[in-house]
Amino acid sequence: MQGQRGAMEPARLFLGILCASAALAASSLHQRPPQPEFLLQEPELELGESPSGSLWPLPRSLRILPRQLQLAPARFQLVHGPGSTAGPGCGLLQDAFRRYYEYIFGYSKWQNQGQRPLPAGTELLQLQVIIGSKDSECDNYPNITSNEACEYLIWYELFSLILLGLETFSQLVYEDDYGTFLINESEITDYPRFAHRGILLDTSRHFLPLKSILTNLDAMAFNKFNVLHWHVVDDHSFPYQSVTFPELSGKGSYSYDHVYTPTDVHLVIDYARLRGIRVIPEFDSPGHTQSWGKGQKDLLTPCFNGEHWSGSYGPVNPILNTTYHFMTDLFKEISGVFPDAYIHLGGDEVDFTCWKSNPDVTEFMKQQGFGIDYAKLESYYIQKILDIVSSANKGYIVWQEVFDKGVKIKPDTIVEVWISSLYTTELSRVTGAGFTTILAAPWYLDYISYGQDWKKYYSIEPLNFPGCEKQKKLVIGGEACLWGEFVDATNLTPRLWPRASAVGERLWSSENVTNIQDAYNRLVKHRCRMLRRGIAAEPLFVGYCDPEYRGR
Amino acid sequence: FSLLSSESVWGALRGEAAFSIWDFYLNKTDIVDFPRFAHRGLLLDTSRHYLPLRAILETLDVMAYNKFNVFHWHIVDDPSFPYESAAFPELSRKGAYNPATHVYTLNDVKLVIEYARLRGIRVISEFDTPGHTLSWGPGAPGLLTPCYAGSIPSGAYGPVNPILNTTYQFMTELFREVSTVFPDFYLHLGGDEVDFTCWRSNPKIQAFMQWMGFGQDYAKLESFYIQRLLNIVSSYGKGYVVWQEVFDNGVKVKPDTIIHVWRENAGPYQQEVARVTKAGYRALLSAPWYLNRISYGQDWQAAYQVEPLEFEGSPEQKALVIGGEACMWGEFVDVTNLTPRLWPRAGAIAERLWSNKTVRDLQDAYIRLADFRCTLLRRGIPAQPLFTGYCDAEYSGF
Repeated sequence: MQGQRGAMEPARLFLGILCASAALAASSLHQRPPQPEFLLQEPELELGESPSGSLWPLPRSLRILPRQLQLAPARFQLVHGPGSTAGPGCGLLQDAFRRYYEYIFGYSKWQNQGQRPLPAGTELLQLQVIIGSKDSECDNYPNITSNEACEYLIWYELFSLILLGLETFSQLVYEDDYGTFLINESEITDYPRFAHRGILLDTSRHFLPLKSILTNLDAMAFNKFNVLHWHVVDDHSFPYQSVTFPELSGKGSYSYDHVYTPTDVHLVIDYARLRGIRVIPEFDSPGHTQSWGKGQKDLLTPCFNGEHWSGSYGPVNPILNTTYHFMTDLFKEISGVFPDAYIHLGGDEVDFTCWKSNPDVTEFMKQQGFGIDYAKLESYYIQKILDIVSSANKGYIVWQEVFDKGVKIKPDTIVEVWISSLYTTELSRVTGAGFTTILAAPWYLDYISYGQDWKKYYSIEPLNFPGCEKQKKLVIGGEACLWGEFVDATNLTPRLWPRASAVGERLWSSENVTNIQDAYNRLVKHRCRMLRRGIAAEPLFVGYCDPEYRGR
Repeated sequence: FSLLSSESVWGALRGEAAFSIWDFYLNKTDIVDFPRFAHRGLLLDTSRHYLPLRAILETLDVMAYNKFNVFHWHIVDDPSFPYESAAFPELSRKGAYNPATHVYTLNDVKLVIEYARLRGIRVISEFDTPGHTLSWGPGAPGLLTPCYAGSIPSGAYGPVNPILNTTYQFMTELFREVSTVFPDFYLHLGGDEVDFTCWRSNPKIQAFMQWMGFGQDYAKLESFYIQRLLNIVSSYGKGYVVWQEVFDNGVKVKPDTIIHVWRENAGPYQQEVARVTKAGYRALLSAPWYLNRISYGQDWQAAYQVEPLEFEGSPEQKALVIGGEACMWGEFVDVTNLTPRLWPRAGAIAERLWSNKTVRDLQDAYIRLADFRCTLLRRGIPAQPLFTGYCDAEYSGF
């Protein structure tokens, strides 16, 4: 161990460490509460101090002690502790140590070399990270069963939790007026309430340059989101460059440089992995596939005006064998590219008009004995896709219509609830039928409005629906969705953050963490912290950060 | 060769802006262009959130591309006082969010004015009183009215105190400086949303009201203050723009006062414009153009479809509408989201104020505005998308 004066009782120092400071440095705080605003109807929140400092999301259990410890940038280290099954060969942790050192010290205005002598026993020299499990999972990808319980005093963490713990630790360190880095002794037990905490990005309505996706992954890590739901293709453009079917993006992307090459995709997946984030791709079908038809002849259903082709196309054509050969090959590739155990298959908003107009489809309906119930045809298609994906050894997530229309799906299907009217009833129905579910309906962040709408996202209680205990357990989490009709790299980050942070706490913290005023006090500081880390999160309300956003 | 001729250098600048948006090929074209309205403004609020200088300068650049010609700088308000005054340095020292970093020095202000001038943009500063002045209080003790709870001061403060001579001495000195620093003929003096509650609670003010014979009509007290303020400002050879309440409350203002119509919840704004112009005053329209009020979808269309002269009035009245301003109030806006929130939505208003009344086709406007938006991206301006689609060069300047 390095460091002279503070090294007297190192072992005890580390055990007593951690978590949550009661007061953050005054230099980054607002001096004056914001004034009431005439234009807004609701009573405004006055900025104050939270007893939990600036922690976001709030840990499950938190105990703050008054004793302060100092950290010296020149001497403090993040290290692998004794007995850990991970060591310097664990690239993921090495990367994280470097990143978090920078987050903690790198943005300080005061390049203080620390000439003041420190009283003995008050310096924190190390944060030791110890992984207790036999398989340290260092090079694996995070999945839904990653053990996400975090208890600092007893080091039983797997690496994704380590990452989350590092984030919390970095949120505890603060500066005093002299630029000294401080942390209060405390005890934290932390683990998420919900296992699936996702952000949906739409790269079809607008192409998102790689850098904006990566920046967003950073922001997700700061907010303990662990799933990127990548809605990569849709009607408007097909930016995913498929190796098996290069014409899909060749003809379907907006242009030659509005594509994600295999290298790009791999970069996103790995960047996410280093932050404990899973990447679940969505290849939505049979609807939302206009752009697929440009590069894949005969994939989409030709629509008819009476006896003649109208010139337009509809959903994927479910009656041709070629469709299923194509899907088999495509999903084989996708399953190889994306390591997560799940793929999102879409299945939303299928418009039957085109199918109804097509005489071959009508004939097929007769042969199959479907009558005029096109939901049966949709069911027929979806089931075949599900089988294809299953045989590629992947699980699947679908939008709620697949369930609503009575499609026969395997019991381990995850159903994502997105239609906002009566979504609580839908949750009852879906879990009542025994399916695992993800909630997105109240969290469509693309629906902007004037004022502090983060409050309404924060006050959603996912388990507030009629149902028994067993049903409630089937809700594994939720997603904040940023659909891309009006969003691209020019406005993505301020539109997503810090509004999505409200969803992040709702999915992580305890059910009884509902105090809006306390949340406001912490979120304002958390937002300023995101600015310091290069995320252009927009303001919650009147006020300031020191420094203001410097990215541009 | 191409010929760009204009009677003044300002016209030439606008012509330059027009030329620049054609890329590499120029069809032989004759263009005759001049604005429909003379006052085409944009308001930025640097009190609710401090805007770094580069954000203001970038906004001026894009204003020039859009042919806006007035920068309405709502520089101070309740939450913070970032203007560094030479006569009263304590105002920003005590009133800015951080007097070391969140201020505009005199050099900053001069830079903004000159940068704007080179782009043909006037800078009209707004020092809003008697309301919206909480941040003035810490640096100017005695300026604001102490509110009372019964017979003792409550500790809170209200609008500027209109009954003290020291108030008018202060305003005389402050506006002497402001009139010198800002070269435009006009200053915006605010006068909006004056809450009378605090005045009513203060016994000295009650006494003053009686002495002056104002009864219980506090609009008369407001009028008393504003008139004296207007006289102070006039004595420095400046004209003034005021928010509509000054007119609505019957304050006696000089005939060359410009009334700024902003309220959306006090009856249809068209009626207010009719009233203002009927009384012979010039009017500026902002009510339907509050760009800070965001909503889902293509809200640029509603802004575009506003017709400023669509109100009941004579041609003489209509001639008194000299233009309008797009307003970006700062409660929820700072440098992280200012530019995408402003552009290209403000562009819809820019066309409404420049182009012919008959230019109203939404489909055509969409095509041109979407194209113009891609031009802004090429110039490094993160203007947000109008709708689904793409630009050849997407925004990459993170």
